Amino acid sequence: MSATREVISSGNELAAMAAVDAGCRFFGGYPLTPSSEVMHVISDLLPKVGGAAIQMEDEIAGVAAAIGAGMSGVRTLTATSGPGISLKAENLGLAQMCEVPLVVINVMRGGPSTGLPTRVSQGDVAQAKNPSHGDYKSITVCAGNLAECYTETVRAFNLADRFMQPVFVLLDETIGHMHAKAEIPTAQAVKEGIVPRKTFDGAPEDYLPYGVEQDQPAVLNPMFTGYRYHYTGLHHDASGFPTEEIETCRKLIDRLFQKVEKYTDEIESNEEYMIDDADILIIGYGSASLAIKEAINMLRKDGIKVGMFRPITLWPSPEKRLHELGQKFDKVLSVELNQGQYLEEIQRSMGRLDIAKLTKTNGRPFSPSDIIEKVKEL
Amino acid sequence: MAFNYDQYLRVNKMPTLWCWGCGDGVILKSFIRAVDKLGWKKDDICLVSGIGCSGRFSSYVDFNTVHTTHGRTIAFATGIKLANPDKHVVCVAGDGDGLAIGGNHTIHGCRRNIDITMILINNFIYGLTNSQTSPTTPQGFWTVSQKAGNIDPTFDACKLAEAAGASFVGRETVNSPKKMEKLMIQAMEHKGFSFLDIQSNCHINLGRKNKMQSAMANLDWIDTITVSKKKYDTLSPEEQKNVFPTGVLKHDTEAKEYCELYEEIKKVHQGERKPITQDEFEKKI
Repeated sequence: MSATREVISSGNELAAMAAVDAGCRFFGGYPLTPSSEVMHVISDLLPKVGGAAIQMEDEIAGVAAAIGAGMSGVRTLTATSGPGISLKAENLGLAQMCEVPLVVINVMRGGPSTGLPTRVSQGDVAQAKNPSHGDYKSITVCAGNLAECYTETVRAFNLADRFMQPVFVLLDETIGHMHAKAEIPTAQAVKEGIVPRKTFDGAPEDYLPYGVEQDQPAVLNPMFTGYRYHYTGLHHDASGFPTEEIETCRKLIDRLFQKVEKYTDEIESNEEYMIDDADILIIGYGSASLAIKEAINMLRKDGIKVGMFRPITLWPSPEKRLHELGQKFDKVLSVELNQGQYLEEIQRSMGRLDIAKLTKTNGRPFSPSDIIEKVKEL
Repeated sequence: MAFNYDQYLRVNKMPTLWCWGCGDGVILKSFIRAVDKLGWKKDDICLVSGIGCSGRFSSYVDFNTVHTTHGRTIAFATGIKLANPDKHVVCVAGDGDGLAIGGNHTIHGCRRNIDITMILINNFIYGLTNSQTSPTTPQGFWTVSQKAGNIDPTFDACKLAEAAGASFVGRETVNSPKKMEKLMIQAMEHKGFSFLDIQSNCHINLGRKNKMQSAMANLDWIDTITVSKKKYDTLSPEEQKNVFPTGVLKHDTEAKEYCELYEEIKKVHQGERKPITQDEFEKKI
């Protein structure tokens, strides 16, 4: 267990701290409730360590500036909420296509459209899977408590550099604005755990940034270091230049999938709470899991044995484990602050449709009593 | 000895996809000569382009190059520059790219006065996508989206850049490659946001349906709509309405550059100085 420290902080602030501790040196963003505190905090922290934070003219420019910095080789962040992701979507696709590492924090609020700006939701889970047009494989992690706002943001930066693509960190309004004590790793421990992106150190004339094995991410050297290459959102060959050659195009998109699909073990992360002796399984994530745990503790006092499975990595989904659990439990309840966006993934993974659901889309968090009531109906 | 362009080009990516007689090649050559005269190292330059014919500019130069999404060149370049303030960042965008879909970023790049040179290749039309109206298409021109004649008013990109706060603004045309080269050198040497409206021909997708079927006819038309700044200043307001001035239109050496200001911000957060006050700004720090 690495060294830890106790802090009193909020989810948004912890995410910003985590970014800087994880070596992030650039932030590009735009104010958006309920995520703005990430920008407020990081715009103080980054110049302190020689980095830069900039509030751009709109969400599109915010992510573009962040990707630009990432292209130049810097660890980079943007933070927003659902409406901002909608605007950033096209450039997120460019980052997927060019394989630029980037962390995107989305503090979810009620939608669609302007929705419920100051209230909680988990309505952007499906959006995180495919924010942009085209085919690629999203990596999305979701913090389920205050400490994870820190630890999952750190993990996201390492995943982004490992897989060379954007990584989403989903918080929600409840967790983002929650203010309490949290035990988090020391900055030193985080620093020691940083795994920077791979680079090529051979002769520049031998450098092929996208000339990698079919299950590997691109190897993108920092800019201005003598390896002059080309980024493009067009289909490109091993050298990075545009092509429409049939086999090259097929292999590129295939590789964008394989580089993630083959290594889901490195990405998957789940919490299992009191599952071993349980008769009923609840599946939930994010802030909803806090109410679920409380409900489980209360139900168990009444002799009702309930357990929880909480995916921390939402995409790619823990489909194998979900499948196993689907065979083990007759009664499964999915709990989310949307109309059942992850429920579809649970149904697919378990290969069955008889999953009970508890959903809420009125901007209010779950209370344990909501869940207790639903479990007693099952 | 003839100038060796190849040393700055990705010769193996040639020929370009630009049409025969396109002005983009003239601009590419002027730009390369300017870079050479400035003595900039290829490794120290990042060229960012958007979408459109001008978007392919980045493929052909042997620098660090980025072909971004439509209209977002300045936004990407801002991130690259702010993260690497000692490097040279140049944007190439088209009139649709930089003034329509990317207009907002152009305005705010100018406003921040960040040390980026924006070369707007203005051919008065969406060329790559076959003749749709752009913000600089003259009124009355045939476009594929306004076949009865364009009714959208045209705007002057340099006036926009000046008003938005760019500290260097200039205009040249592909008819004057030497002047263009000189203007590019001045713009790239300038510390701050430099905006260049480089007027170019598109006889294929602008000219063909507007009585300028050849490159020459299109270039002649550009000559009729441009005059030197010196001559422009002698014209009556009525006469000025029909022409664009060329040359250096604004050169403000006092305005503080964004990355330099950000270095002051770093000092504040690192406890080396007090926050920047309004008084300091009035005294230009």
